[in-house]
Amino acid sequence: MFKYIIKRLAIIVLTLVLIISATFFLMKLMPGSPLANAERLSASQQKMIEAQYGLDKPVIVQYVTYLWDALHFDFGVSFQFANQEVSTLVAQRLGPSAQLGLQALVFGLIAGTGLGAAAAVRRNTKTDTFLSVLAVLGISIPSFVFAALLQYWIGLKLGWLPIAGWKGFAATVLPTIALGMSPLATSARFIRTEMVDVLGSDYIELARAKGLSKNEIIWKHALRNSLIPLVTLIGPMAVNLLTGSIVVENIFSIPGIGSQFVDSILTNDYQIIMGTTIVYSMMLMVVLLLTDILYGIIDPRIRLAE
Amino acid sequence: MEVSRDMAEKILEVDDLKINFNTYNGSVQAIRDVSFDLYKGETLAIVGESGSGKSVTTRSLMGLLAKNARVEKGSITFKGEEIIGKSETQMQKIRGSEIAMIFQDPMTSLDPTMKIGQQIAEPLIKHQHYSKKKAWDKALEMMKLVGIPNASAHINDYPHQFSGGMRQRIVIAIALIDNPEILIADEPTTALDVTIQAQILHLMKDIQEQSGSSIIFITHDLGVVAGMADRVAVMYAGEIIEIGKVDEVFNFPQHPYTWGLLNSMPTTKTERGKLEVIPGTPPDLLNPPVGDAFAARNHYAIAADEKVKPPFFKLSQTHYAATWLLDERAPEVEPPLEVQKRWARFQAEHPEADRSKAVAVENAAVLGNGGGK
Repeated sequence: MFKYIIKRLAIIVLTLVLIISATFFLMKLMPGSPLANAERLSASQQKMIEAQYGLDKPVIVQYVTYLWDALHFDFGVSFQFANQEVSTLVAQRLGPSAQLGLQALVFGLIAGTGLGAAAAVRRNTKTDTFLSVLAVLGISIPSFVFAALLQYWIGLKLGWLPIAGWKGFAATVLPTIALGMSPLATSARFIRTEMVDVLGSDYIELARAKGLSKNEIIWKHALRNSLIPLVTLIGPMAVNLLTGSIVVENIFSIPGIGSQFVDSILTNDYQIIMGTTIVYSMMLMVVLLLTDILYGIIDPRIRLAE
Repeated sequence: MEVSRDMAEKILEVDDLKINFNTYNGSVQAIRDVSFDLYKGETLAIVGESGSGKSVTTRSLMGLLAKNARVEKGSITFKGEEIIGKSETQMQKIRGSEIAMIFQDPMTSLDPTMKIGQQIAEPLIKHQHYSKKKAWDKALEMMKLVGIPNASAHINDYPHQFSGGMRQRIVIAIALIDNPEILIADEPTTALDVTIQAQILHLMKDIQEQSGSSIIFITHDLGVVAGMADRVAVMYAGEIIEIGKVDEVFNFPQHPYTWGLLNSMPTTKTERGKLEVIPGTPPDLLNPPVGDAFAARNHYAIAADEKVKPPFFKLSQTHYAATWLLDERAPEVEPPLEVQKRWARFQAEHPEADRSKAVAVENAAVLGNGGGK
């Protein structure tokens, strides 16, 4: 297990280098310049600024320099925000985004599993149909629509929770629900299908023959077996949450990493683009590693060889 | 193990059971007026082809019928208590405790994500409210009893770490841990290869001798029946058509369907490439035939078979067959050669056996209330 994790971490570092390389060169192909109002600057002024940031050197030299610095955890300074360190800028914004993403994922998975299991147990009844319709809506309606509806009804009309901002746990509830609807619906549908399958299997029949009650069968035997394929989905869900959170963060005025990322792309702030990409990729790869470990915990058949 | 029917206590009585399944196409009459009884310590085999109602009969004993099944009439009495109509909670107390079941496919009947120690211990924790420690101790004992080598090293293993034969031993351990009075074995060796089959059957016999539980053994393998059972019930199209001691049904069979079954069993004398079959397929149970359900496939069928359902004819205190051929008005027929040989052997040993003395009796007479010899 330990050896496996070390191996995976090495692969993560390798993957990161590849991602950094690809992003670096693709980014250089983007039109525009990092200089905000280049047309007002004289040629010599532009040269001076470019020299200051090392942008005058050949791309390949810039690339090697960036890689070398990144290896020493130096991600450079931002172009647009008064020369602040990229690491500081990203770190400030990362907290809210990571918290929101994680909350939405956990909420979506748990609520989705519950609803999916409930639908499976009551399959072909009105509850099942109702939950299925709910799941389809949850998947097809974009998160910003939920965001706006939640803000209007729960925030404004009922006044139960703050409409926007990022102060205290209460403020995180509405964005979490809005963002969590998609993983909720996806996992509910998945769990339902899987659980219907599992409930028809021989070992559930054996559990019934042991005299276990319906609840005991579901909690002790059916649920864990139904969760196995859901683990596969956690990776893609995490990606969706990372990228999908940008809109929700904007609607709820959350000082997250998403809006900063979009701004940096629009202004060709190379350093921030690189820094954010690295953080996104890191998070994703850690999620994938955790999913693989989770597989082994849930399903002993794929437990990694000791 | 020979069980004298007078001494033994009757623990189960199925009387005139009729079960229908409601489907989109209509009502499938899966079980039609089935009656049999089970004595303490005996093994009753139920044989018949797929869809003849063997499994449905036994599932009804445990209250494990599918949702669309309905018990139309009849009763199941277990230790003097009616089972039909009991609530789900009441049935849960019986299942796995007083009546336990061994399933057909050991590869799929264990939960892949639970340690086998826990799977074996579960019935005790549920029914006897044992602590986990105490239940696991008993589980380990059971693992040793069913012959799992080095049991203590494997109690924490998962099902995929065991072979098919070992898994079936685990399934047996689960069924037996709470000392059930009736053990239902639903084709427990069908999914296993032949050498393992023999081991498992031997194990079941051994354990039965120690625990004294009764076994209902469902199978379509007549060879297994001969080695395992005290009595046999032959089912066809949802009905029992012949029931008796193994010796009686195997060597003095009366129903043409039983003849067909025995005749299609290859022996060492069977010529290469020559396997006897029963032609045709079982009838559609949406609209079961009025008379003898086997008539359409039976070239010994007489006119009455098409019109009137035959009653049971009593051949001995224990042997009954539902066929018009035993009626005094029926013409003499010549059964297949193989069956004739069996008759000759049987009659040599039991001079009292005589087909012509068979008398028609009520369905309920099969339940063995007829007094003793």
